[in-house]
Amino acid sequence: MKLPMMGVINLIHEADEMESLTANRCLATVPFGGRYRLIDFVLSSMVNSGIPKVAVFAHTKFRSLMDHLGSGSNWDLHRKQSGLFVLPPSMEDQTDFGKGDLYHFYRNRDYFYRSPLEYVVISRSHMVCNVDFAKVLDQHRETGADITVVCKTSAEGVPGLARKVKVNAAGRIIEMQDHFGRLDSDVVSMEMYVLSKDLLLDLVETSLAQGSDHFVRHSILSRLNQLKVLSYMHEGVLGVVNNIAAYYRHSMELLQPEVWKELFFKPGSIYTKVKDEPPTHYRNSADVSHSLIANGCDIEGTVNNSILFRGVKVGKGAVVNNSIVMQNGVIGENGSLENCILDKEVQIRAQQQLRGSVEMPFIALKRKVI
Amino acid sequence: MRKNECVAMLLAGGEGRRLGVLTKDLAKPAVHFGGKYRIIDFTLSNCVHSGIETVGVLTQYQPLELTQHLGIGTPWGLDRREGGMHVLPPYVRQKGGSWYKGTANAIYQNLGFIERYDPEYVLIISGDHIYKMNYDLLLDAHKKNRADATLAVISVPWAETNRFGILSVDEDDRVVEFAEKPKKANSNLASMGVYMFSWSVLKEALIRDEAERHSSNDFGKDIIPTLLKDGARLFSYRFNDYWKDVGTIDSLWEANMDLLEDRPSLQLNDRSWRIFSASPNQPAQYIAQTAKVQGSLINEGCFVEGRVNRSVLFHGARVGEGSVVEDSILMPGAIIGKDARIIRAIVGEGAVVGDGCLLGSVDSEDIAVVGSGETIRPEAELKEVEPV
Repeated sequence: MKLPMMGVINLIHEADEMESLTANRCLATVPFGGRYRLIDFVLSSMVNSGIPKVAVFAHTKFRSLMDHLGSGSNWDLHRKQSGLFVLPPSMEDQTDFGKGDLYHFYRNRDYFYRSPLEYVVISRSHMVCNVDFAKVLDQHRETGADITVVCKTSAEGVPGLARKVKVNAAGRIIEMQDHFGRLDSDVVSMEMYVLSKDLLLDLVETSLAQGSDHFVRHSILSRLNQLKVLSYMHEGVLGVVNNIAAYYRHSMELLQPEVWKELFFKPGSIYTKVKDEPPTHYRNSADVSHSLIANGCDIEGTVNNSILFRGVKVGKGAVVNNSIVMQNGVIGENGSLENCILDKEVQIRAQQQLRGSVEMPFIALKRKVI
Repeated sequence: MRKNECVAMLLAGGEGRRLGVLTKDLAKPAVHFGGKYRIIDFTLSNCVHSGIETVGVLTQYQPLELTQHLGIGTPWGLDRREGGMHVLPPYVRQKGGSWYKGTANAIYQNLGFIERYDPEYVLIISGDHIYKMNYDLLLDAHKKNRADATLAVISVPWAETNRFGILSVDEDDRVVEFAEKPKKANSNLASMGVYMFSWSVLKEALIRDEAERHSSNDFGKDIIPTLLKDGARLFSYRFNDYWKDVGTIDSLWEANMDLLEDRPSLQLNDRSWRIFSASPNQPAQYIAQTAKVQGSLINEGCFVEGRVNRSVLFHGARVGEGSVVEDSILMPGAIIGKDARIIRAIVGEGAVVGDGCLLGSVDSEDIAVVGSGETIRPEAELKEVEPV
């Protein structure tokens, strides 16, 4: 079913403390879960929910983003009508880079105008979840809300940087803070905002006219009294992945079978850019347990409690423990890893041993030879 | 290879009767192979890697799943504005139409397709063999010999010569004798069913063959022997790599097992010669704490809690806790419950083997087969599915 709603994936000024993992790529394209990029989760959720038109507002370091998204065909968004729009920052001079998302929405207002779709959902790229936006829109229409914010209750708190919100008994958001705020609440915002297109364009223009240019900080926070801002509670898995601790913890959570079964399949499948990797070859000497292994791997050694991305080679006698090895990593013979995150194409020489701790995993830069 | 210098015609209508329940609703070229692929992916990928960008795929038997897999050729990069892949089913003309009577007749009925591209050469291949071959080298040999037709050949065991078209060649590799499935062979060079023709020669031969009332309209039985009799320049091209006709349950099983050796003779993980296929886009495979996987090929979307030994698991296959899968093939979405034993078996697409079931045995000569979508329960007597 086609939803009367267009999607916006907003990469402008995303909170990012991913250290070297985002040295040369934006947060949206940080590899996650063996074969995905962070943006795949929200993008697939949108497509599975029936959203026919999605814009990605790119900002910085978006080479990998363009490469990953391509024509959008892997998400069935290569359409004659609607489909995928990647909107790079349109600037007149360098200072425009510092301007907020409202400025960029305004510069690209044709994206919103050129379609009869009545609603918009604005989201970020770093929420690892599988959401049915059709349900969010249903609630939004039933309750007559001005803005519906997708939220998650989490008693133990989330390890990533997230905006805390306070919700009253009626589900109305009465307080909302930036991620560094000290608000005492166990509800966090998933940074997904459903509102009508008309209201959005109105907020864009009035806020900019007042000299403010940040959608959440300026358009919403200051209007919690005037606008009916309601929460929609997400029941499923959520990972707020924008710092290393959260990245490592949520990656490891995928090794719980319930999380694997839910996040990747319910309510829809998560799609990503397809690579033509063969099935993974487990040699006779392989010993693998409690791990997530992508295609194209060649395993002769031991892998335990770890995530291997596509095309990883684990040599004879090598041991990979509690680690994440991204695409095309090579662990030489008798090498060993413990609590490590290896970026793409890292090579670990034979006999080499690397150790990090659970709190501070060792991170190896892309293409490094150790 | 220049564009349209060579057009490939891929015969993909095979019924695959000897594959029994595995081809009940499926043409042989669409049978799953190697954990991720379908048989036809190998020849299509060969075409692309050899620089052939115009491919006619001739379909006939049970084409639904095959054509769905092929789509518009996107997985192989054959969705082109010029050339690309075209599915060619039999069709009706003003003077009536007919099914493809034989391999030669199938090409004859599509002369119009080839004429649109007016190539110098036409490559005839079939979609039911597993091999990686650079057709460009075959074309080079064809040109060098100023041949009318060049047949790719492979040495087969003498005992199996009666299954193939057998060639005798002179010291220049020119074909001097051709015998289709001979009882007593003079050579062990078998035709691989890969033919490079000069287009003008092929066209004339096909038109002549069609006019011949008693012809069975087959390349091996009619076209090649006739050309040979007429003194055409027929040459052989030796192929020394892995090649397998996977037409029977046993050979299909064997070819899958061949991939599991520590140094397989058919290398799937070769970046210079990727086998392309439609991707199911499923998550990375999950290997549980209780699992043990050795000497196996496992594809994305699998969920393994039991033991898997020397087996091939296609996407979305599941193996429950306490189960053992050995020397077996689990087709896409096959589900094995808990504490089951699967040995020397092929479990069809989407089939379910219930908790505690036993399937196949170490001593059995035959490979046990569960058809697509079937369900096996422990209380029910095991259905013995014999290869037809």
